[in-house]
Amino acid sequence: MSLNEQKNQQLNQDQSADQSLDPTDRRLVELTQKGLPLDLHPYRTVAEQLELEEAEVIDRLQRLMDRGVVRRIGLVPNHYKLGYRYNAMTVWDVPDEKITELGEQVGALPFVSHSYERPRALPLWPYNLFAMVHGRSEAEVEEKVAQLKQLLEADCRQHQRLYSRRILKKTGMRIKQRSNNSTAKDSTAK
Amino acid sequence: MAAEIIELNEQERQLLNQYQHELPLCPNPYAEMAASCGMTEKEVIEKLRYWDEKGVLSRVGAVINHQRLGASTLAALAVPEDQLEAVADLVSGYPEVNHNYKREHRFNLWFVLAAPDQQQLDEVLEDIEARTQLPLLNLPMLKAHHLDLGFAL
Repeated sequence: MSLNEQKNQQLNQDQSADQSLDPTDRRLVELTQKGLPLDLHPYRTVAEQLELEEAEVIDRLQRLMDRGVVRRIGLVPNHYKLGYRYNAMTVWDVPDEKITELGEQVGALPFVSHSYERPRALPLWPYNLFAMVHGRSEAEVEEKVAQLKQLLEADCRQHQRLYSRRILKKTGMRIKQRSNNSTAKDSTAK
Repeated sequence: MAAEIIELNEQERQLLNQYQHELPLCPNPYAEMAASCGMTEKEVIEKLRYWDEKGVLSRVGAVINHQRLGASTLAALAVPEDQLEAVADLVSGYPEVNHNYKREHRFNLWFVLAAPDQQQLDEVLEDIEARTQLPLLNLPMLKAHHLDLGFAL
């Protein structure tokens, strides 16, 4: 089982698990999701802001990741700025009894950034499997959608791809709701 | 606003790809990253600052699983084209809305919401429905097969 699969499994199992964070963890999460300092000792700088030891910050972050509260700490790229200006949300109507198997196959494809099961909303919305595909051109995205189609064709009853045409708002997922200072509004996406 | 595209060289690509998933959790993370990419610690920090300033990075930081801390969902509205601008602004105005995209479909406005609890999330959705009087899809995640762990650039 890959690391991602383990993480996903843990996430899915822990869905109803204890959601509480102690106040220190909460402040730590708020600070680290805004961004780590770009200095020689970023965890020490965070520790100083929270009046903690550096070792405790590192230890708490590790535990938050183990619990699945923090998915990852890393470089979070802006794909749009790097030339990935085309993205399609592909949606598929597959039989419920096969969705886990198919979802895992889709999620394992290197070009799929997210893959989720979501509920249908009949009659308006018959699709239950979602996979996000990115590319530098519409042709590149189409080529990837074709690969997905090949994989799912035998089981899929209907499918669609929804191109993003404009980014109207994009902020990091913040738990502090009232700080929307990095709103990227009105970027024109083709 | 067609912003410029930033091209990466091989070393930069390696740095970005390698550390999308896991920043070293140690006292000198940037030194460790530098060593694995054949750079100096100072070069890594300067590069990250430059990317941060240019908007190549949304941030160097934590990605939170909101379903573990509260409630989140993906929602969509079918908006008549001539109302799209106004409805998009209305939706983006909620602090609970993190992402809001126009997509090519009858359901043409897609947005992600996160709130401290399910009740607040439901209230926001009801409010949006009441104010817009438009058909709304509420599609919370049931299961992830691949999370937002980045993809190879």
